[in-house]
Amino acid sequence: MPVVASEGRQALSHQSHLSHQSHLEVRRGEYHDSVTLMLAARAVAGVAGVERVLVAMGTELNIELLTALGYPPPRPTAGPADLMIAFTCPDEATEATALTTLTASLTPGGPITASGHQPPDRPLPRTTGSALGRTSAPLTLISTPGLASVPEAMESLQHGASVVIFSDNIPIHHEIRLKEEARRRSLLVMGPDCGTVVLQGIGLGFANATRPGPISLVAASGTGAQQLMSLLDAAGTGIRHCLGVGGRDLTEPVAGRSTHAALDILAEDEETTLIVLISKPPHPAVARSIEEHASRLPKPVILAFIGPDQPTLTTTAERILATLHHTPTPTWPHWAPSGDDDARAVSDGSGQAARESDPGRAAAPDADPGRPPRTADPDRTGPGQAAQEADPGRTIRGLFSGGTLCAEAEVVLTRVLAEQLGGWGEGESRKLKKTTPQAPPEPHAPFTPHLTDFGDDTYTRGRPHPMIDNTLRLRAIAEAAADPRVGVLLLDVVLGRGAHPDPAGELVPAVVAARAERRLPVVVSLCGTAGDPQGLERQARAFADAGAWVYLSNAEAATAAARLVPRGRSGGGDE
Amino acid sequence: MSDLLKPMPHIVTTGIATFADDLVEQGLPVTRVDWRPPPPGTEGDLADVALDARRVDANEMAVRRMLAAGAELVDVRPAREVLGLEVGQFLHAGPPIGWERASGPLRGALIGAVLFEGIAETPDAAESWLGAGAGTGTGTSTGAPSEPSPLRHAHSPELAPCHSRGGVGPMAGVVSPSMWLFELRDPNSGRTSWCSLNEGLGKVLRYGAYGPDVITRLRWMAEVLGPVLQRAVRRSGPVDVKAIIAQMLHMGDEGHNRNRAGTLMLLRELLPALIENGEDAKALADVVRFVSGNDHFFLNLVMPACKLAAGAAAGVAGSSVVTVMARNGTDFGIQTAGTGDRWFTAPAHTPEGLFLAGYGPEDANPDIGDSAITETAGVGGFAMAAAPAIARLVGGTAAGAVAATGLMYEITLAENPALTIPALDFRGTPTGIDVTRVVRTGVLPQINTGMAGRVAGTGQVGAGLVTPPAECFTQALTALAELARDAAGPQDGDDLR
Repeated sequence: MPVVASEGRQALSHQSHLSHQSHLEVRRGEYHDSVTLMLAARAVAGVAGVERVLVAMGTELNIELLTALGYPPPRPTAGPADLMIAFTCPDEATEATALTTLTASLTPGGPITASGHQPPDRPLPRTTGSALGRTSAPLTLISTPGLASVPEAMESLQHGASVVIFSDNIPIHHEIRLKEEARRRSLLVMGPDCGTVVLQGIGLGFANATRPGPISLVAASGTGAQQLMSLLDAAGTGIRHCLGVGGRDLTEPVAGRSTHAALDILAEDEETTLIVLISKPPHPAVARSIEEHASRLPKPVILAFIGPDQPTLTTTAERILATLHHTPTPTWPHWAPSGDDDARAVSDGSGQAARESDPGRAAAPDADPGRPPRTADPDRTGPGQAAQEADPGRTIRGLFSGGTLCAEAEVVLTRVLAEQLGGWGEGESRKLKKTTPQAPPEPHAPFTPHLTDFGDDTYTRGRPHPMIDNTLRLRAIAEAAADPRVGVLLLDVVLGRGAHPDPAGELVPAVVAARAERRLPVVVSLCGTAGDPQGLERQARAFADAGAWVYLSNAEAATAAARLVPRGRSGGGDE
Repeated sequence: MSDLLKPMPHIVTTGIATFADDLVEQGLPVTRVDWRPPPPGTEGDLADVALDARRVDANEMAVRRMLAAGAELVDVRPAREVLGLEVGQFLHAGPPIGWERASGPLRGALIGAVLFEGIAETPDAAESWLGAGAGTGTGTSTGAPSEPSPLRHAHSPELAPCHSRGGVGPMAGVVSPSMWLFELRDPNSGRTSWCSLNEGLGKVLRYGAYGPDVITRLRWMAEVLGPVLQRAVRRSGPVDVKAIIAQMLHMGDEGHNRNRAGTLMLLRELLPALIENGEDAKALADVVRFVSGNDHFFLNLVMPACKLAAGAAAGVAGSSVVTVMARNGTDFGIQTAGTGDRWFTAPAHTPEGLFLAGYGPEDANPDIGDSAITETAGVGGFAMAAAPAIARLVGGTAAGAVAATGLMYEITLAENPALTIPALDFRGTPTGIDVTRVVRTGVLPQINTGMAGRVAGTGQVGAGLVTPPAECFTQALTALAELARDAAGPQDGDDLR
């Protein structure tokens, strides 16, 4: 039963411009997930005149937020299964509009079953086990918060259904127990912290719409898989299946349990002719067992490990294409800042001229330690000149939503940094250090990278993933723009199902604002396919129109960021 | 395993709604779970119990035993004979409790029982004898009574739960040695249970009344009703109580607040023997009039039948199935299959519903009685959909009755094929409450109940609905999680958390 309490309904003064009416409501026992709540809060805040909006479950943290907004805490207090609604507005008509908007966004598709009417003796299932008792689904997608997903996942397995666990913050010994249960029952656990799965072209979680192809992925890295999907789709081939295994699957204690199972499943799939395993470098013993397993399969397995001294995903994509006899290696799509006079025309990567004028393309192959460096003088190409206009800050501020994209950018930046230092006579490469904004750039370094993965567990407790919710990154972009030490801003933007419906719509204004003051160079690593609902080309154009360099290849984006750092007044970068 | 790569017929989603929307957009049929977060702090225990390797098999065994249990009425005898109960020993409903914390109706019933046993002559004397003994509720004697010269020799009062002796008692559930009991037996396992004989409604002992008419009725029940029923049962042979329960669900009874059809069917079973026994015509007429005039007479057979079923699941290590739900008017207590006879208690809620003329909510005592054993075994409030006729009695609607039963399937592990509900297309009653399901969903078992007056001696004031306190289930969960961790031993990867 909703408990409605309003206060201050009477106008304080007819002259006041301030909102003077508060709507405060606790709906006991009404639960919505964090994404739904974010969308609902956004919708309510979009009603003209409505301010100080909070639509959230009654967790301790959210009650603090409520009081920070100037509202009294709920009485009696609310719990995590109770919905809190608070906003201020000028009059009752606005309040009614806001509530109508709220209702519409809390139940976007009407009742949550496709069939609509729910017979009274069959209420909606309240547990995964109950749902599986009513259907013979072979798969469950679980995205409940942290530990609470463990009983749901276990029930799925006990009902004979494999499970995708999107949730993170699950202890590793629970992960092992779940994967042992799956092994016993010949099922597959994809996760925990598995963001991306594709089965027969159907995407679960964060997944790109790729064309069908002969390649199947086994991914301990969601955005790693998305990057490969995007590149392979752009190159004209595609993905048959992508089985996620969770980021910790190839660690020593988990011992690749799901990876082994996934390899066996894909080995039996006739239409898969090439298997690619994407992961951070595994524990050596796990790596040996995986390599041994792969060698026994009747089809080629490419192992793509993301880390120092490993090929980039872009290089892996090229290797996959070579294995499939797709030649020549494509030029990866990229978009130059259209409003920037200094930028050479780099429309869609269709020509050599474009390649040479492009900061990312110019050095991307360097990222592969297996090849000799192919260098181009960045100062003779467009972005070098663009850089001259920038402030001399030499920190590359990287704000990522994809963990693997962030890790790969770090690796690429380390390599480019080492190269540049070598070129300027340092004679030795140096390890990349994660800087803090307070730490000044090292005087001899041409740049210092400071990268943050906003998809990390520590940032996602109680809020949606940054691929859905840009709040933290928008704040970080503004902070970077205001920090004179930042010379280049590097962002990833991941498209596809599950992701924000229009990331450019939110991020582009922030990019424009960041560039308004001092033309801060911005590079966007745009991960997506032409078939994605957000529209790859439209998103890319929006960023390019705002003055950003946009790359489909994350490695190229990172390289471009390094090349765009101003070689300014101080340090060893003077020429 | 390769099913995964075949065209996907269907998928279940638990969590973020937009992920489900995306799958619907891609043309996949989706069953969505209406998931709610569990109470803060229970997540770790829920995970540990969920991962208990013994759990699935243990719950399966517990539920299988619960469903398999039969129930036959095999005899009617005094508690003295059935249980070896001695003068001064009393059993009561719910978890253990002493005189100090006992509620009005339990105190009233104990006073009545002391009067009935002839230990004291007046209610005041009975009360002071009970108070001086100050039974601790542990079932052990706490010293000599200070009140001298009881009419019958009795040492100090001893209180123990009915459940501790394998039986059940409605409302206050007070049983003393001279009260007669129904004895039931599961023909498959040979296990037995018992329950007192039902006194009717209104001013009766089980609702805490102890006036002269109450005591007079108890005497008649011990002197006439009990012996007459005993002879009838012994002549007719065992009466299949479970079969009657199955039929009463098809006749508008749910076995807790409506037992009208069941009562008449019992009488039908016993009538030939009652007549053949050549009982005194006046006595026979009184007995038949008493039984047929008391719509709740059969409740006291449904309850021990349910105790046989729920008790069959007891003692299965690793099982999270609830085997007892019971209230003493102060505390609500539960037991589970995996935690032996340990009680998990919390202050009982006060029922909500309709009141007899002259009474209101302020007169109602907190929840009391062992009759929640019916819900524990899947009837009563769980079979509400079978009893639309009493939907209004408990303040609801016929559609609400169907919905109440529907929701109980979300916290139970099985449907009882022997007990079916016509209005639900003969779906089996929701059976086998899972502690973890209750904690995870926040859905509490729905209990139909009578309401006793708060003040000792009042009697019944109404009937309605009540739920157990959630804390009983979170406590049981914690105990099950500790046992699960003990059973699992040190975990691979613990050091890497």
